[in-house]
Formats: sequence, structure tokens, C-alpha cells
Amino acid sequence: MWIFLVGLAVQAAGGVAAWILGRSARVTHALGAGGAVLGAVLALIGVASVLTERAPSTLRMAWNVPYASLSLGIDGLSALFLFAIGVVGAASAVYGVGYLGNHHPVRKLGACWYFFNLLLASMSVVVTARNGVLFLAAWEVMSIASFFLVTFEHERDEVRSAGWLYLVASHLGAAVLIVLFVLLGREAGSLEFDVLQAATPSSGVASTAFVLALVGFGVKAGFVPVHVWLPEAHPAAPSHVSALMSGVMIKTGIYGIVRTLLWLGPAQPWWGWTLVAVGLTSGLLGVLFALAQHDIKRLLAYHSVENVGIIALGLGLGVVGLTMGQPMLAAAGFAGGLLHVLNHALFKALLFLGAGAVIHETGTRNLERLGGLMRRMPATGIAFLIGSVAIVGLPPLNGFVSEFLIYAGALGTGLRVGPEQAAVLFGCAAGLALIGGLAAACFAKAFGVVFLGVPRAPLAHPPSDPPRTMRAGMALLALGCVAIGLLAPIAVRFLIPVLSAGTDVSLEIATLEMRAHAGTFQKVTMVSLIALSLVGSLWLLRGALLRGRPVSRAPTWDCGYAAPSARMQYTASSFAQPLLHLFGALVRSTRHESLPEGLFPGKAAFSTHAHDVWMETVFTGLFRKAQALLDRFHWIQQGNVQLYVLYVVVTLVALLLWKLN
Amino acid sequence: MHTASLLHVLAALALAPLLPGITNRIKAWFAGRHGRPVLQQYYDLAKLLRKGAVYSETSSWVVRAGPVIAVATAVCALLMVPAGNVSAALPFAWDFIAVAYVLGLGRFFTVASAMDTGSAFEGMGASREVLFSALAEPALVLLLASLARTAGGDATLSGILAGVDGSAWSVHAPVFILAAAGLFVVFLVENCRVPFDDPNTHLELTMIHEVMVLDHGGVDLAFIQYGAALKMWVLALLVVGVLVPVRTANPWMDLAFATGGVIAIGAMTGVVESTMARLRLVRLPHLLIGATVSGILAFVLQGR
Repeated sequence: MWIFLVGLAVQAAGGVAAWILGRSARVTHALGAGGAVLGAVLALIGVASVLTERAPSTLRMAWNVPYASLSLGIDGLSALFLFAIGVVGAASAVYGVGYLGNHHPVRKLGACWYFFNLLLASMSVVVTARNGVLFLAAWEVMSIASFFLVTFEHERDEVRSAGWLYLVASHLGAAVLIVLFVLLGREAGSLEFDVLQAATPSSGVASTAFVLALVGFGVKAGFVPVHVWLPEAHPAAPSHVSALMSGVMIKTGIYGIVRTLLWLGPAQPWWGWTLVAVGLTSGLLGVLFALAQHDIKRLLAYHSVENVGIIALGLGLGVVGLTMGQPMLAAAGFAGGLLHVLNHALFKALLFLGAGAVIHETGTRNLERLGGLMRRMPATGIAFLIGSVAIVGLPPLNGFVSEFLIYAGALGTGLRVGPEQAAVLFGCAAGLALIGGLAAACFAKAFGVVFLGVPRAPLAHPPSDPPRTMRAGMALLALGCVAIGLLAPIAVRFLIPVLSAGTDVSLEIATLEMRAHAGTFQKVTMVSLIALSLVGSLWLLRGALLRGRPVSRAPTWDCGYAAPSARMQYTASSFAQPLLHLFGALVRSTRHESLPEGLFPGKAAFSTHAHDVWMETVFTGLFRKAQALLDRFHWIQQGNVQLYVLYVVVTLVALLLWKLN
Repeated sequence: MHTASLLHVLAALALAPLLPGITNRIKAWFAGRHGRPVLQQYYDLAKLLRKGAVYSETSSWVVRAGPVIAVATAVCALLMVPAGNVSAALPFAWDFIAVAYVLGLGRFFTVASAMDTGSAFEGMGASREVLFSALAEPALVLLLASLARTAGGDATLSGILAGVDGSAWSVHAPVFILAAAGLFVVFLVENCRVPFDDPNTHLELTMIHEVMVLDHGGVDLAFIQYGAALKMWVLALLVVGVLVPVRTANPWMDLAFATGGVIAIGAMTGVVESTMARLRLVRLPHLLIGATVSGILAFVLQGR
């Protein structure tokens, strides 16, 4: 435990040192990234020593704040999230050195590293806190630190508005969480997590708390419809920050939901079905909105909504399994959802880092301007390809493992239960299949348009693979994707302590089920290895056959037209058009066109815009009304600090008088 | 692993190029022509394997890797699919999900190879391919899940299809007919046959699979055609597993019936291609949703 805390302290100290002592870009990077990586390594060593029972798993100190204590603890559930934070944090930090480079003022770089390291440390505290007040404090630090990271390029208008939206969204979420903790704390008499876990709230309170957790944590996780901040904030942030936020930070929302479920006593069936419904909706709408995007980082951000949906589907099936008395479904659902947390952290961070390298080299995020980067940036291209195959859930990479667990749970239980429940479970599997198919379409588009073909617009300077630090960050994450994919039989065994500590699945059932799945994954790995060796030997065969024969290059076949140009390539918009047409009722992207007219057509133009339907139809109107209402209280806000101090005093006196009576 | 399973894999590897030949022969017979030799695909493969290569100027290593991966994934899928009563070489729980995803991996790289040529036509084909496969995926999962529930509730594809025997047919005939119909639609779309795609068309604008591989030649084209034939065999086995409920105690007999069934599916494809036109592209999603609906109906009808 102490090693873990030293790790966090090193991270925090590195951040502060980078801000205060950083005189040159070089020193700032060394202090900031060095602190982040060293801290992450120490923290992971600490986690390992706790899990192997060489160190105590909890720490409690008094804290001079009402209801609060400095309680920290590492169990299986915390360890899973800490592992994701450590690996993605270290990879993003190393990458950040090259990405930030020395294009920015040193002072700004220092601030960036300070908030980056603060974000890392605060996330680690969020998933290890064992007291409500400490949890909320760390949660708030996490939100503020990430807000300052999102607004790193605050001189741009859209970055400021994205940051503002993020700040409002995360604080509305935090407000709901405060209500949640007050509600549960009142019932249990304490905000210590172990007391909360031991208490059994009444069914009404438990249901209310479930809804509050779903909304409050859901804002951070990015469930539809409270995802609206996500596609704005993630593209605005620097890419290594996007990777950390999209890969890890939104998962703290998932952590919160899983942890809260432990405090609510026996689960009620509708909780599970609600989570399933939220998951399927987020998954489907997330991937459809992603298909409609032209901005590579917005596309990836919407895919986070999709993947958080898959996680929610897994967790929902887990809860359903608990309430139906189907331990197999409970274990497989929770295992799939929680493993997908780690998997998504790895491949989404990898994709954001790859996208960042593209932006770093080409200066544009617009898919319609990119193309042909595989030949100029081969290392980045391979990293992005690995990320794409993994996120689509294809074997032999890690995305397949977690999705397979969810399929196995839903289908396996669907064979044994009554027709009504089986219908819904099969529906979940079919929904997951549809989401997977659409994700494949979307990443065929993203990877194909960016890295294959030829550039669609002239570039300022010829792109090349990014600096070594950036490649190292990507390599670490790509390795993680491959390792979990091929070592799935081992990976699922690591889920046993996660399940027994983090869910209501008992240790025996978790062990039994995960051992069974490990057996299945041995076969999957065998198939993967056969596939890889076949690919290798066929590649050699192809080389042997072609040796000594003429191998030449010629223009692409374009229906007999021998001078195809870059502008004649299929574009990202046209690639996605048939799918968006089919699902037009859900996406509702708008078209602006001026078609060629007359015998001698002049200028013609066509563009599509995929605005967020929820933002436009729900939140814009809602917030406008709220603003109109709040404007009436505008006279309170005088901009005078003394007056605000007076407000505080008056409120305190009023509360004291009320309490004394 | 039984010897019959291994022999089936070898038989499929050897006989798969026969399927397109049979389909073509049936089509020729309907059209009153003599038609190409049944073994034409073998001659084509042999000829292509002797050729050099011409690559598009825009392309990277992806276009070279695509065909190799297409063959490798089709072979892996073959290892997980049973031939009627003959168990797959490598069966495991929920292997049919793995079959769908392994074939999906092959498709992802075929699509990527098409995008690598930077051609508008090939991009168009790629875009249609991902659309139709995204819609076929849920149909496949639902159809096989409904079958699994009807035929005994085993988790492996081999177990599911072994349960579809004569006695099960006498009880659940409507379910099996619906499932077979749905699986046949999936077979047609995944192999880009009429009414989804016409392998004989001469207009690039209307093609799906053929247009994606326009820029492949020589050894690469041979790999692609062989991979496509193997994929046809794999998906035909799913339909055969339901439609040919011969479950004898003798694995060699079972294997013979399954192989015969696959050949018959090849012929049936020829009949379909001869007797109907391809549908308009905008109508194709309706057919795929129809396949999903037959999966739902099969689930409802099995009534348990």
C-alpha cells in the first residue's frame, strides 16, 4: 500500500516540479513525464504486492472533515482499474513528450504536465477511496484537472466552448453523486464504504440510489443521452490527454456504478434490464453517430460511447443473471463488461495516440483531406490497424475476448431459460452482433480513408512517422492488445478476484465459470495461432511464387480511365452514406447541396453535417429555459467578493439559527 | 478428433473450387449453353499461380496481405464448422460466434485491400460489403441461437447441427425450414451471389465483391478466388447441416452426405442465379432484415 502511495506522490511531485522548476521544454518534459511513468510503475508494483498479499490492502487515517476519513483500499475491482490507469497513463505520458514537443511556451507545458499528473493521481485515488467524502473530493480534482487539460489550447473558440460544456456536464453529474452519497450515508449512518456495503437499504432507497448512480456516473461514462459532452471535449484536448480521458477517465463512471451496486443490497430485476437497455442504446447510437463523423477524433469519441454501451450491456446482463439466479450469466456478463473496461482502455488510447500522430504530422483532423499515410507513416499505420481490429472485436486481439464473454453469457443462458427471457437475451446477442458489424464498417472507413489510397488534399510538408517517444507509447498499448488477445486463457483467470471483490458473484462461481471460459479461450487461441501461422506461411508461399517473376506497378484500374486522381477516390462520407441512409431516422444528419445545373454546370457543392440529435433536441432547449429562469436571479451576482463573503456568512448564520432551534 | 473430421477438412480444401464450377454449369444449362468445364476454377487457379503481379501505384503492403489473410481466415473457419453429423475439427463452446468473427477478420482485410487501391469503384464495393455484412451478422447469430434452442441446447456448432436429425425434423420442421431459408440468405450475401451481387456482371458500378478485387491479379487473385470458394463451402455447410438431416452411425456415410449436400447447395445457387434477377441495392437490406425476421420466427415457433 505504501509503495502505491509513494507512486501517487511521485506523480504529483513530478507535476508540481514540472510546473515550478521547468525552465526549458526538455526539463519540463523530463520532470512531468518522468514523474508520471515512475509513479505509474511504483503504483503498479504496489498493486501487485497487495494482490499477492505481501502488503496490507487497506489504509485508514483520520481526517479532520465531518464524515470523512483518509481510507484507501485495493481490492480486485480497484486493481483492474488501477492497471488500466497505470498502463495507459504511462503510455500517454511517454507519447506526450513527443506530441507536445517544444511548440508551446514552457510555462504552458509545465501547467499541462501538472494537470496531467494530477489527473493520473486523482483517478488512482478515485478507484481506491473507501470513504464517500474522499471519493467525491478526488472525483472533483479529477474533473477539474481534466477540464484544464481539455482547455489546453484555450485560445481557440471551440476549445473554450467544449471545455465549458464539459465543466457544466461533469458538475451536474457530481451534484447527482452528492445526493447519492447523502442518501446512502443517511441510511447507513456513515460514508465509509465498508459500512455502506454492510448496510442493506430499503428497496425504495436502493432503487432511487440506482437511478442516481446511473445518471451521476453515467454522465462521466458517457451513456446516451448524457454523452453530449464527450464528442466535444475529447477532440478539443491534446491527443495524449484524449487517450487518457477516453481510455481511462470515463471508466471511473463505470467503476462508480459497479461499486454502488455492491451497496444496494439484493439487485432488482429492472436495474439489470435498464442497464441492458442503456447499453444497447448507447452502443447502437454511438456507432451510428461515429459513422457520420468527418473528424477523426470525434469519430473516436463517439466510439467511446459505443464501447461504454457494450460495457453497460455486459454489466446489465451480469445484474440480470444475479436476479434470475443464473450464475453463469452473472459471471460472464460482469466478466465481459469489466474486461472490456481494460480492453477498451488499451485500444481506444492506442487509436487516439495514432490519430494524434496523424494530426501531429498532417495538421488536420478532417478525414476528407487525409489518405495514403500507410506508406509514409508505416509504424503509425500498423498501430492504428491493430487498434482498429481490436476495437471491432475481431480475433486474435483483445476486443474479441470481452465481447465473446458477453455472447457466451447471453446465448448460454438463453438456451436454458423460459421463452420471454430467452427472447431478450438473444436480442442482446443480436444487438451486439449488429453493433460489431457497424463498428467494422466504421473502422474500415477510418483506417481505410486515413491510411490507404492517396492523400485527398495537398499537405503542408511530407508526413513521416512521429518521434521515438510517440512510437514507444503506441507500441506499449499495441502490445497490450495483442497480449490480452492471445493470452486470453490467462487473462480471464485474472478476472476471478475482480469478480469476487467487485460484484455479488461468489468466489466459487467466479472460479468455476472463468476456468470454463479459460478452456474455451484455449481453443480460440489455438485457432488464432493457426491463423497467424497460415498467414505467415501463405505470405512466404506468395513470395516464393513471385520470386523471379515480373512484379510491376501500374495505375489503378478505373473503368478504363488511365489517369485517376486523388480526388476520384471514394471519400469517408460516400463510404458511410448507404449505412447512414438506412439508419437515417436515428442519425438525422443534414445535407447542404448545390447541384450542378444547366448545360454548362458551374460550381457545385455538397456537404453533410451530423449534429448530435440529443444535444439539439433535448439539451439546447432545456438549458436555454434554465438560463432564462436563472437570469431572474442575476441581481444576486454582483461581482463583488466582499458581497459573496457576506452571502456565505448570512447563510452560515441562518443555518446555525435553524440548527439551534 | 475423429479421422472423418480431418478428412472433411482435407476434402473441403481440395473440393472447394468445384463449387463455383457446378454453379456455373447449372447456369449454363438453364441458359441452354454448354458452359465452362466443371473444373474451370482449378485451371484458373493453376494459371493465376504461375503469373507475376501488377500492383496499383497507390497501394501499400495491405493490398498484398489482404488475399493471404482471406485464405487463412477461411481455412480457420473451416476448422470450426461441422459437416452434418461429422464434428468440426476444432469444436468449442460458442464456436459459431468465432466463425462469424474470423470470417469478419477476413472481410475487414479484403475491404482494406480494396480501399488501398484508391479507386472510386473499389471504395464503392467496400462500402456495400460492410453494409450488407453488418446486417447479415445479427441474422446469423439469431438463426443459430434459435437452432441451438430447438436442437438440444448444445453450445458448439457441431452439437447444434448434430441435433437436427430426422426425429427433430418430424417435430420442428417449420423451425428448420425457416432457419435454413435464413441461413441460405446469409450464404448468398456472404458469398456475393444473386440477388445480392452478380459475379458475372460487367459493370463495375453494380458490383460488390468482384469490384473490390478488381486490382488484384496473379497469385493474389488466385488466393482470393480460393478463399472465396472455401468461404462458400463453409457457409454452405451451415445450410446443409439443417437441410440434410441424415445422421447415421457411420461417420464416412455422414461425410459423404454432407459433401453431397454442399455440392447440391452449389447447384441450388445456380438455380437461384438462373431464375431470378439481382435486386436493386436499396432493396437488399429488406431481404437481410427478412433473414433476421425468419430467425425471430424460428425462435417463436420452437415454442419452448
